[in-house]
Amino acid sequence: MVATEPLLEVKGLVKRFGALVATDNLDLAVEPGEIHAVIGPNGAGKTTLIAQLAGELQPNAGTIRFAGEDITRLHAPARSQRGLARSFQITSILRGFTALDNVALAIQAHDGHSFRFWRPARREERLRVPAMEILEEVGLGARAHVPAANLAHGEQRQLEIAMALATRPRMLLLDEPMAGMGREESERMVALLRRLKGRETILLIEHDMDAVFALADRITVLVYGRAIATGTPQEIRANAEVRRAYLGSDEHA
Amino acid sequence: MKTVKHIDLSTIFVLALLGLFAVLPVIAVAAGQEFYIGQFRRILIFAIAAVSLDLILGYGGMVSLGHAAFMGIGAYVVAILNFHADEGTLLLGFIPGSQNILVTWPTAILASALVALFVGLISLRTSGIYFIMITLAFAQMIYFFFVSLETYGGDDGLRFPGDIPFIDAATDALYEAGYDPVAAYESLFYYLVFAVFAAVLYGAHRLVNSRFGMVIQGCRENERRMRAIGFFTFRYKLVAFVLAGAIGGLAGALFAAHESFISPSIMHWTRSGDLIIMVVLGGMGTLIGPVAGATLFLLLEKFLPDYTEHWPIVFGPILILIVLFAKCGIYGSLLRRHGDGGH
Ligand SMILES: Nc1ncnc2c1ncn2[C@@H]1O[C@H](COP(=O)(O)OP(=O)(O)O)[C@@H](O)[C@H]1O
Ligand SMILES: [Mg+2]
Repeated sequence: MVATEPLLEVKGLVKRFGALVATDNLDLAVEPGEIHAVIGPNGAGKTTLIAQLAGELQPNAGTIRFAGEDITRLHAPARSQRGLARSFQITSILRGFTALDNVALAIQAHDGHSFRFWRPARREERLRVPAMEILEEVGLGARAHVPAANLAHGEQRQLEIAMALATRPRMLLLDEPMAGMGREESERMVALLRRLKGRETILLIEHDMDAVFALADRITVLVYGRAIATGTPQEIRANAEVRRAYLGSDEHA
Repeated sequence: MKTVKHIDLSTIFVLALLGLFAVLPVIAVAAGQEFYIGQFRRILIFAIAAVSLDLILGYGGMVSLGHAAFMGIGAYVVAILNFHADEGTLLLGFIPGSQNILVTWPTAILASALVALFVGLISLRTSGIYFIMITLAFAQMIYFFFVSLETYGGDDGLRFPGDIPFIDAATDALYEAGYDPVAAYESLFYYLVFAVFAAVLYGAHRLVNSRFGMVIQGCRENERRMRAIGFFTFRYKLVAFVLAGAIGGLAGALFAAHESFISPSIMHWTRSGDLIIMVVLGGMGTLIGPVAGATLFLLLEKFLPDYTEHWPIVFGPILILIVLFAKCGIYGSLLRRHGDGGH
């Protein structure tokens, strides 16, 4: 069934917070080029999973392989340098900087070391031009010079994605990109993700089921830190255990 | 319209302050008040220290409560080298003393940088209140280390010939040419300090706007995010900490030359607190702010006692009122928004 080696491969991942098992012996494989959605009720351990994949949290057991390399022990910046980019469920941006500064810094992080003490970074074309392109791509071009703190919530969410894209990642870990968005903003985000589909490999955590079923190539359902099912959207929709545990008996679009 | 007005105000402020420092000796000599030249030289020296602290405090978000220790190390290096040169003895039995500032000042900078590297390696693994406490603890250790050095006066401090040979020579030349020697010496020394001050300010201006400067400001804004986009933040913070320590050491070297006397009180923890107050008073995360803050702080400290012997009771509330009314500090409040690089 698996034609290529997975880009990301998680085996036997365990994360405990005291007595609570937030990640429970989790296996997961993400193929290159796919959008792999992870869904599950609040507290299922989705954010905890992302934090372990991104290197912010150390798992208690298990391994994480990315692009053929064991990255389980690597720190967050080292994983970013290898091409894993994340966005945050709770917006995490540099609020005092403009949108353009935020994205330019993400580009700078992947343009050699930053022990450069003399030239004004805000006048460097090789940072500003690609940063501007990415802002245009996510629809923030007109807001480039606005301090990130002054952006609307939806715009800050777009900036989250822009910063992740600016690291030129091999894979995106998106933690509820539509969190707290209104209808119109959500639609814009879905359109953006649709444009990224096929071009980027994405692990997508999302509550909006319409969006998930529209975008995902495969879906993993997480309940109490355990993956109870993985499959195509059709398979997941038809899965009795999933319906019982998570989707409820209601029919979803 | 409003922002244009603000930019003008802050620019005028910068030009006025730097211009004032540039011509001060001329005014003082013309007014027959050479005494003030030394006062303002001292202010410039503390301004350099405050700017160096602001690199980590205002730009890097690292609240160090031990910065005066680096000033103290720089000052003691100069004092000890001068002391041995004067006595004709060897430091530790093999290092000759020196009065040459081209030797003593770089040594002071290097020594402070090395200690800052050591302190930074340990303290930067923590943050928040722990970082404050660890920097304070290191500073106290360094303070008591110098208190215990009986050879160099211990608690009482050390008086030494702080003369800078080439300034003495230039003063003699001006005296021959008919100038007042006190005015000549004070002014020459002042302009040497002013040159260092201007170089530090310009260098810091380049630094905070460089790629490196963007990274340390990013760490202040949101270090977690900086790590997530691929920055090994510890390295950058460490280098910033070492640079700040080195410039603090340079300020200490100037201070030693200025005073011809050094005692551990320069690195007492309250001096570190004073430096923080100077930065906050003038405007954290700007470069002119610490200069303005140091100026106001030291002027108040100098002249309030002339009005009342109970001046400390007035001093504190004045500082609190200024910070309350100018939330981003004196200069910070003139800027259109806080933390955008400044000057
Ligand atoms: N740092 C932490 N310490 C203790 N418990 C935590 C921590 N982070 C998450 N948890 C717990 O782990 C479980 C999973 O949380 P999380 O990964 O945020 O879920 P999700 O993102 O799926 O809503 C929750 O019960 C949460 O309370
Ligand atoms: Mg979550």
